[in-house]
Amino acid sequence: MVSTGNKAVAIAVKQVKPEVIAAYPITPQTEIVEQIAEYVTTGELKSRYIPVESEHSAMAACIGASITGARTFTATSSHGLLYMHEMTNWAAGARVPIVMANVNRALGPGWNIWAEHTDSIQERDTGWLQVYVSTVQEAYDTTLMAFRIAEHDDVLLPVMVNLDGFALSHIMQSLETIDLGDFIPPLHLPHAIDPKNPMGYGTLTGPDEYFKFRWEIERSMRDSMKIIQATEKEYAERFGRTYGFTEDYRCDDAKVVIVSMGTLGKEAEVSVDVLRKEGIKAGSMRLRWFRPFPKLDFGSKDVVVIDRDYSFGFGGVLANSIRAKCGIPVYSVIAGLGGQEVTYDDIAGFVRDRRIGDELWFGVEPNV
Amino acid sequence: MNIPVYNIAFAAAAACASGMSEALRSIGKKTNVIVFAGDGGTVDIGIQSMSGAFERGTDFLYICYDNEAYGNTGMQRSGATPLGAKTTTTPGGKTHAKKDIDMIIAAHNPPYMATACGAFPQDLFKKVQKALTFRGPSFIHILTPCPPGWRYSTEKTVEIGKLAVKSGMWVLYEREYGKLSISSPSKVAIKKPIPLEDYLTPQGRFKGIDEKTLNILKQQVAKNLEQLAREESGIC
Amino acid sequence: MFEVRIHSRGGQGGVTAARLLALAAIRDRKYASAFPFYGAERRGAPVVSFVRIDDKPIKVYSQIREPDLVIVLDSSVMDVVDVLHGLKKGGTVVINSAHKPNFPGYKTYNVDLTDIALKANLVVAGSPILNTPVLGALAKLGLITAASAKKAIAEMFTDERNIKAADAAFQEMVI
Repeated sequence: MVSTGNKAVAIAVKQVKPEVIAAYPITPQTEIVEQIAEYVTTGELKSRYIPVESEHSAMAACIGASITGARTFTATSSHGLLYMHEMTNWAAGARVPIVMANVNRALGPGWNIWAEHTDSIQERDTGWLQVYVSTVQEAYDTTLMAFRIAEHDDVLLPVMVNLDGFALSHIMQSLETIDLGDFIPPLHLPHAIDPKNPMGYGTLTGPDEYFKFRWEIERSMRDSMKIIQATEKEYAERFGRTYGFTEDYRCDDAKVVIVSMGTLGKEAEVSVDVLRKEGIKAGSMRLRWFRPFPKLDFGSKDVVVIDRDYSFGFGGVLANSIRAKCGIPVYSVIAGLGGQEVTYDDIAGFVRDRRIGDELWFGVEPNV
Repeated sequence: MNIPVYNIAFAAAAACASGMSEALRSIGKKTNVIVFAGDGGTVDIGIQSMSGAFERGTDFLYICYDNEAYGNTGMQRSGATPLGAKTTTTPGGKTHAKKDIDMIIAAHNPPYMATACGAFPQDLFKKVQKALTFRGPSFIHILTPCPPGWRYSTEKTVEIGKLAVKSGMWVLYEREYGKLSISSPSKVAIKKPIPLEDYLTPQGRFKGIDEKTLNILKQQVAKNLEQLAREESGIC
Repeated sequence: MFEVRIHSRGGQGGVTAARLLALAAIRDRKYASAFPFYGAERRGAPVVSFVRIDDKPIKVYSQIREPDLVIVLDSSVMDVVDVLHGLKKGGTVVINSAHKPNFPGYKTYNVDLTDIALKANLVVAGSPILNTPVLGALAKLGLITAASAKKAIAEMFTDERNIKAADAAFQEMVI
């Protein structure tokens, strides 16, 4: 079949059958919510759909549903995600396996509806797992896997699946759906509310206890890496499509690697082919899982990082994550903010003109 | 339009206006601060900040242009969507009644509030002018028919607005310090409302509405008209 | 890779036209992607949609700058949009019009899609549907097979009039 990125997410959600979906519309996520509403209306999906009055309420409703042991889903973007921020923190702290699709969109003002990663990047500290997808097929496959990963006993953390606004959410590509079978086991939340065994949740936690709960989140984050690997491995075995923490293209003998996330990671593969024709041994590494941040090894390769985000007064978050985690200098390119056009020619240019250790704000003249 | 326009996030309109109004008043300026928000930003995501601003007696005018759905994002349901109306998130027709934001605002006892519709432009104009003469919060709720959302042909917009009022499903009135006065077009509607179907049928969003829902709507309209009529005449 | 740009106005189904074309190409066992560029959306505003067709997976997501084919569903957009912008030298233009346009240096074709739609009574909310008939015209051009064009239309729409209109456009399109 064919599908847009948004619709692919909705199709996956329909197959995993969450009991409760609470969502608030925001461009460019709306198609996800509308498609789900239609499935619920026709009876194809027997979820309870709560058309909440805001995103803060969407996440709060999901937390409420999830803590009863119900499977839940929501979707948002940009300002919606920001409005949820108090509650996204809460969801991770409450250890509820909510799955959320976030359609990456820039933050206002100025009012901008196009693709940028700053919205989800700003959620990086919350305890949510984060993955970035680049094709309609991947959006579908990853949404399915997200539920299994989130709900695993060793994880029990919410998972955010990120799709580039318009570039992926609204593009139509081929999609092959699968018959899930027993790939996603029923959810058994160990700490679900139980009137027969009443407990108080989220009560006052003093200075000598609180940090232990925070450590537990971190521990599960670290453990999730094995679960992500195992889940993706089983998905590949059963359904034939392989993913990974990164998608590497022609990196083995590369002298310079372009690192990016989302659809730019696909565009970069085209740049690699262009550069290779010129005799430049380039490769592309599309980072998929941003949290937990994976172990990356670049050897002695030059690393060009494209950040579709920025941390003001600091730098591109992906570039600096790689710097810090891998202990290497990089050429940091800030490109694609607010849907700024970045073509494979532009990316090839970043590689040709790279200055390791520097930062380039694409399109800004002159760069300081 | 030759006045400054400040855009802010949907949840924050009235709070932002509050800040603006306080800041201007603190330096003795009487500049009118007017919020222009859709039904989503008023009845749903914006209700908290609006209630707060009204409760604090903020000196501003809040205008809600109500197209009975989230128009900006493609016509998903809002709390202001009427019972039975189809939207992209209520493809089978909304199963809950329209949230009565006028009653909620009235409960805040503002100096002035009114309902209006673009199909009656002079009435709307007068109400806006009047609202701006009051110190403190005022509220104007404008029914705004939406061709793509309500599914009718653009040139019928004024007619649809008139039908809304003539059927009594939309009532034009004002409250000054809570005292109700019903505007003339609605006085006519109270005496002799046209059948509700005349208003609903031209709109694709009500296509296929079932008998039961239609009857509930009729009852609600009749009850509302009766209550307003009695209140205005002093019989409670 | 073959790149197509479609010009229309909001509400005319230009985005759907792109999706139909991509779907037909996929039924022809090619790879295809279709995407719009959304600006400030309003009824009647000019809209641009893109389609890429290739024999291998399409990894390009950036906008099409040098299309091989430009389709104009509403010729009135030409008053405000340079529809030929970036069109490859010797590229093709298909325009919804009763008159053959004069664009020297390009292969130009015109089909009166509006008339075809009206004659087939393919009208929704007062507007003639242009996105299914245009597929017939594109099949005549050889961009997609007629069989796949029909498959694509049938997959997206149940109303028979769509196929009829596409057939009529196929007949009328003069190569």
